[in-house]
Amino acid sequence: MILVLDIVLRLAGWLVLAPILPGIINKVKAWVAGRKGPPVLQLYYDLARLWRKGVVLSDLVSPGFIAGPAIAWVAVVCASLFLPLGPAGSILSFNGDVILFVYLLALARFCTAWAAMETGSSFEGMGAARDVGYAVLSEAALITAVLALSVQSGSIALTAMLAPTAVAGTALLAGGLFTVLLAENGRVPFDDPNTHLELTMIHEAMALDHSGPPLAVILHGASIKLAIFAVFLVEAVLPIGRLPSAASSSALLAGVFAVTVGVGLVESFLARFAFKRVPLLLTTAFLLCLFALLVAWNGGAA
Amino acid sequence: MNEIPNLLVGIAMGLNLLALASGRLPSLIRVAAVQGVVLGLIPLVMERVDWPVVLVAVLSTALKGVVIPGLLRRAMRVANIDRDLAPLIGFIPSLLLGAAGAIAAVALARLVPLLPEHRGLLLVPGSLASILTGFVLLTCRSKAISQVCGYLILDNGIYLFGLLLIHAVPFMVEAGILLDLTVAVFVIGIIVDRIQRAFDSLDTRKLTALRE
Repeated sequence: MILVLDIVLRLAGWLVLAPILPGIINKVKAWVAGRKGPPVLQLYYDLARLWRKGVVLSDLVSPGFIAGPAIAWVAVVCASLFLPLGPAGSILSFNGDVILFVYLLALARFCTAWAAMETGSSFEGMGAARDVGYAVLSEAALITAVLALSVQSGSIALTAMLAPTAVAGTALLAGGLFTVLLAENGRVPFDDPNTHLELTMIHEAMALDHSGPPLAVILHGASIKLAIFAVFLVEAVLPIGRLPSAASSSALLAGVFAVTVGVGLVESFLARFAFKRVPLLLTTAFLLCLFALLVAWNGGAA
Repeated sequence: MNEIPNLLVGIAMGLNLLALASGRLPSLIRVAAVQGVVLGLIPLVMERVDWPVVLVAVLSTALKGVVIPGLLRRAMRVANIDRDLAPLIGFIPSLLLGAAGAIAAVALARLVPLLPEHRGLLLVPGSLASILTGFVLLTCRSKAISQVCGYLILDNGIYLFGLLLIHAVPFMVEAGILLDLTVAVFVIGIIVDRIQRAFDSLDTRKLTALRE
C-alpha cells in the first residue's frame, strides 16, 4: 500500500512540477531583457488549452502519428522513475538500470522522430534528421559521463552512482553534462525554442503537424526530459547522498533551480550557433566527459 | 602541496585543446599567451622557491605573456593578413587528436622514472601533451603565424619538462632559451611581412615552389 502511494506521489511530483522549469527559463530571459514576460505557469495554461482542442489528422498518417508521442511520453516518465530523488532514493532500481535509463531516453527520441516523419512533410524530416544527428554526439557524451560516474563510484546502479561525493573531475563533468542538457533539450546554442522559421528549427520543427492532445503530450514530455537532465546533472555534481535528508532535498531543489536559471542566462547571452559549429561544441562536451572519466580512472588507480 | 601546480598544469592542458579548436588567429595568439602566463606561474607555487626561480618565472611570464604576443599581433597588423586559420585537417579531428595525445601522455608518464618529489605532479603528462599539441599545430595549420603559435606551445611543453630540472640547470641556460625564443619570434615577425609582400599570402604551402 505504502509502495503504491510512493509511486503515485512521485509520478505526481514529476508530472506536475516539470512544466514549471520552462516557465522559469522564460521568466529569467524576460527579466534579463527587461520585459515582464509570460507567467511562470504559462506552460500549464498551454497544456490545458491544447488538451481541450481537437486533433487534425492528415489522410496519410498511420497510427504511429499518435502512438509516437504517447510512447515517447511513457518512456520519459519511466526514465524519471529510475532517478533517485535525494534522500527518498528511487522507486525502481536494479543493477545496471543506468543502461535502461539511457535507452529509454533514446527510445523517446526515436518515437518523436518517427511521429515527425509520419506526415511526409519535408520540414519535419529535416528537424528529425538534425535532432537525431546531434543525438549521435550528445549521447556519446552522456554515455561517457555515465561511465565516469560508474568508474568513480564502482557501481552500475543509478542510486549508488549518483550518491557519492564529487571528485576532482566534477567541474569537467558539470561542464560536459550541462552542454548535453542544452543539446538534448533543444536549448539555445543548439536550437532556439522561440524561432518560428522552419529552416532553422529543430525540436519545434518535429512538432509542426501535431495538434491538440498529441502536441500537449510532446510539450509535457519535453519538460519532463528537461527536469530529468537537470536532476541528473545536480545529483552527479553535488554529493547529495552524503548530506542529511533535509539538507539534501533542499540542495537538490536549489540545484535544479540554479541549473534552470543557468539555462535561462545562457539563452539570454548567447546566440544560436551556426550548424557547422555545433559538432565542435558537442565534441568539446564529449571531451570534457572523457577527461572526467580519465580523472576518475586515474584517481582510482592512485 | 601538489594541488596548485597540478591545477595550473590542468588549465594548460585545457588551453591546448582550446588552441586546437580556435578558428581565428587572434584567439589562437591569446590562448598561447595565456598558456605562457599560466606555466610561468608554476615555479612560484612549487616546493622550493629561491631567487633564480623567481627570476625565471617573472622573465618567462613577461616574455610569453606580453612581449611575444605583442610582436605577433604587430606582425599580423603590419602584414594585414586574413584572420581565418585555414586548417589542413578540420577542427574536430585535430581536437580529437589532441585529446588522444593528452590521454596517451597521461598513460606514458606513468612509465617515466621520476624523482620521489615529482611523483604526484602532472608536469610530465602536461609537457608531453603540450609538445604533441605543438606538433599538431605546426603540421596541420597552413598559415605562418599559426605555425609560430604551434612553436610557442611546443616550447611551453619543453619548458614544463625543464621545470623538473629547475634547481639543477643554471639560471643562464633558462634565460638563454627564453632570449632565443624571443629573437626567433622577432625574426619571424619580420619574415612574415616579407613573405606577405613577396607572395601576397602567408600560406606556407605556396613557399615550396621556387620562382624568380
